[in-house]
Amino acid sequence: MTADPRAADRRTHLSLDPSLAPPGTRGFRDAGGIPADQWHADQNGETLVPTHCCFCGVQCGMYLRVDRGGKVFGVEPRNHDINRMRLCPKGINAYQQVNHPDRLTAPLMRRSRDEEFREVSWDEALDFTVSEIKRIQQAHGNDAFGLLGGASLFSEKTYLVGKFARVALKSRHVDYNGRLCMVSAAGANKLAFGIDRAGNPFSDILLTDCLLIAGSNVGECFPVMTQYVWGARDRGASLIVIDPRETAIARTADIHVALKPGTDSAFFNSVLHVVIEEGLTDESYLAAHATGWAEVRAKAAEYPPSRAAGICGVPAEQIVQVARAFARAPRAMAWHARGIEHHSQGVENCLSVINLCTATGHIGRPGAGYGTITGQGNGQGGREHGQKSDLLPGGRSIMNEEHRRQICEIWGIEESELPPAGTSMMEMVWQMQRREIRGLIGICNNPFVSLPNYKVVKEGYDATEFHAQFDFFLSETAANAHVVFPVTTWAEDDGVMANAEARVVKHNKAQDPPPGVRTDTWVMCELARRLGAGDKFAFADSRAVFDELRVASAGTVNDYYGITYERLEETGGIAWPCPSTDHPGTPRLFEDGKTYHPDGKIHMQVVEWHPPMDPYDDEHPMSLTTGRTVAHFLSGNQTRRLGALVEQTPRPWAELHPSHGFRNGEPVRVVTRRGSEVFPALVTEAIRPDTVFIPYHWPVPTSANALTIDALDPRSKIPEYKVCACRIEHAEKIDEVPAPPVAPGHVAYPETQVSRTDPLPPTAPQGRGTSERS
Amino acid sequence: MMGRTIFIDPGRCIGCQACVSACRECDSHRGKSMIHLDYTDEGRSVASLPTVCMHCEDPVAPCAEVCPADAILVTADGVVQQADTTRCIGCANCVNACPFGVPKIDLQAKLQMKCNLCYDRTAYGLAPMCATVCPTGALFYGTVEELQAERPGVQVADTFVFGETEVRTGVAMVVPADKVQWPVPGGLPVVEINGKDVRR
Repeated sequence: MTADPRAADRRTHLSLDPSLAPPGTRGFRDAGGIPADQWHADQNGETLVPTHCCFCGVQCGMYLRVDRGGKVFGVEPRNHDINRMRLCPKGINAYQQVNHPDRLTAPLMRRSRDEEFREVSWDEALDFTVSEIKRIQQAHGNDAFGLLGGASLFSEKTYLVGKFARVALKSRHVDYNGRLCMVSAAGANKLAFGIDRAGNPFSDILLTDCLLIAGSNVGECFPVMTQYVWGARDRGASLIVIDPRETAIARTADIHVALKPGTDSAFFNSVLHVVIEEGLTDESYLAAHATGWAEVRAKAAEYPPSRAAGICGVPAEQIVQVARAFARAPRAMAWHARGIEHHSQGVENCLSVINLCTATGHIGRPGAGYGTITGQGNGQGGREHGQKSDLLPGGRSIMNEEHRRQICEIWGIEESELPPAGTSMMEMVWQMQRREIRGLIGICNNPFVSLPNYKVVKEGYDATEFHAQFDFFLSETAANAHVVFPVTTWAEDDGVMANAEARVVKHNKAQDPPPGVRTDTWVMCELARRLGAGDKFAFADSRAVFDELRVASAGTVNDYYGITYERLEETGGIAWPCPSTDHPGTPRLFEDGKTYHPDGKIHMQVVEWHPPMDPYDDEHPMSLTTGRTVAHFLSGNQTRRLGALVEQTPRPWAELHPSHGFRNGEPVRVVTRRGSEVFPALVTEAIRPDTVFIPYHWPVPTSANALTIDALDPRSKIPEYKVCACRIEHAEKIDEVPAPPVAPGHVAYPETQVSRTDPLPPTAPQGRGTSERS
Repeated sequence: MMGRTIFIDPGRCIGCQACVSACRECDSHRGKSMIHLDYTDEGRSVASLPTVCMHCEDPVAPCAEVCPADAILVTADGVVQQADTTRCIGCANCVNACPFGVPKIDLQAKLQMKCNLCYDRTAYGLAPMCATVCPTGALFYGTVEELQAERPGVQVADTFVFGETEVRTGVAMVVPADKVQWPVPGGLPVVEINGKDVRR
């Protein structure tokens, strides 16, 4: 029973069982459903604006509390289908960004990196940027200027990023930070199914009998998803977790496989081997719905558990247990995340999971299927509309002549004017290092913290002749720029995002931007106008962009045509493909047994395991793996400024097993072939003895990504963040976490300085009990 | 046991501290959290649980009983309120009296701080902030029947024993169904103070 009278109508738009709600949420009602005269907040002239969280790919619904003066000042839980009032600490504190004292409120500019930033007018910043773009492109060609977007942007803005690069800049070089997120899963899904998204909605987890979670620390990275996992457990579903660490989810699993980082595809090939050996494959499903099974079957034969156990560092019996639990379950699901995707064989790892789901027939049914959990809010939608170097809007290929022709028609340009495919984000940095790309605009990304091998990244950015960033805080990367454009937060504009289920949700504007701040849309359109492409960028607002995006996606696999702002507000979210305005959307794929390949079949792919790119030797015998903490988001540019989150996790640590003889809090130097840094040791039995874990949200000299390797998956071009060779040494002194950069004239916000210099957080770092405090 | 109350399920806690952050957002004590997160098996496991006020029913709120300033009021529906700011003298008697280690003293403000079951929200039919947002349902707000309907076979306890003293609480804990003991041992009895055996 919900308090929202429209709730009953909403359900008619989703082909899901309306009774599917995570446990503990059915009796809840939210403050938005209480009549205005009955809730005390409204008596204070407060309004609640329904919107969604700006952070991860779950996209929890929330209300922003707005005071009489029109300013966001708080958050209120919202009974939205996705999260049913639940929020994680990031979501609860997100609103504090909106009117944060660190906000940039005027464009910053300097003509060389030797100078200090000074606040300038919008005209001066835009004119300087346009003159630099023209200068670089006239001297070195259009492709000498690049654009890097972000997957935290609304889909409208990601559409504009792709269009701006190709139509206004006329450059092939555009990519986005979703390249660091789920492109391996996207590549695998496209290869196997012809569609790039999760197969099932979150609510299907409640219906499964066996849930396999591979390489996903759900409790910290997607906490609100945990309610679905516990809901499945309440029904008696078994839980299998594949992770080198005993995370909060792994702790309660029926089978926790603590495998050695970088060995996932060997493990899944071996699970498939056992499934075949024990006759647990679904041969009739395979015969009707899959191609390539004979080859996949032959390859799996090469991975008996005795061999895989040696590669993966786990007992062979566990492989057998996993195979039996998954294959014998009437309905089984596999969800994975960066743990198996951040590898030089990320696509293969995902394909090996798809092979297992296909061979056991666990596809396309309620409670049976696969999914990947996106790290960024719009990790899914961010690549659907042309922000990725090889994609045009609607997921069209930029290499496909027919697709190019269709988009050129919509954009009103000649096909000869549309550049070819560019390179990936990391490759663009290498090109910057080689001075092939000499100018760059970055929008909503912070590669100084988030890209691997910091030394190369710094060299690349330092080598650019001109660098501009759009941001609302001065990120570590923006601090390297020549021009910084102060842009809006998610609460100051309308727009849509697609979550990990491919459910498109609408974010609503809750307050006007502070004076001096413009929307990213306005800045891109204004730059385009000054570059002479104003007629192609005459967008008044997000809705105008979305309407063009809808048309540009029509008829493609990623069809948004039937999704309108009005329908999103009415329904609370629609999963694409949604080809017409009376179409209910597609929460679950392949229910008719057909994939999006022309033959309608699942194209199974042979997967061969190969070792990680950074070889182990006597000097570097251990694995370094990286990941997130619950209190911080990606490069930390947003969350390292919020007092409560800084207090919860003020600094990174090196998590290692007691067998190395370190004491808790003791300085430990982690050395890889890229460099070394010193962290406090966090000693716990909840990690493999041959593995060290460092969370990556902080800049140098406390940056995990100063140590990680910039090796890429050859197909998805995702960096191998999750494994590199390392050693650990005793050290003298722990490196201090630098304060986040702020604009000239601002002082570091005192609340964020809590415990910054303490050797250990005031509470144990989330999710890891420490054996002692020092 | 109260009609609608909080049930704490440590088996579901992922240690994310959403409850701690949410508690800070409550209008009645904005900026201060009345919840803390405890790690129960440090160095070996990530196990954790949120600690909220248990709203003791019998004996009625030891914290209130020992308060020399009569600052801690217990409502008719069993909610133990945080200390009245106009009365609290910051003496910390409540801290010493609480068997669950809940109240905290803000030394600067000379005030006791503890959970009041989000009285400002529950009075309007909303769930407390912590239980509303808890991503996993480790904090559940409702009746025991609602909880059992959601989680078949779940066992809860609202009586805890500290040495020889039994305390019945308004907030309940989920306990392992196969290891249920009644009452639940809430702590070890005090056997020694300053090296002296006090059992005799």
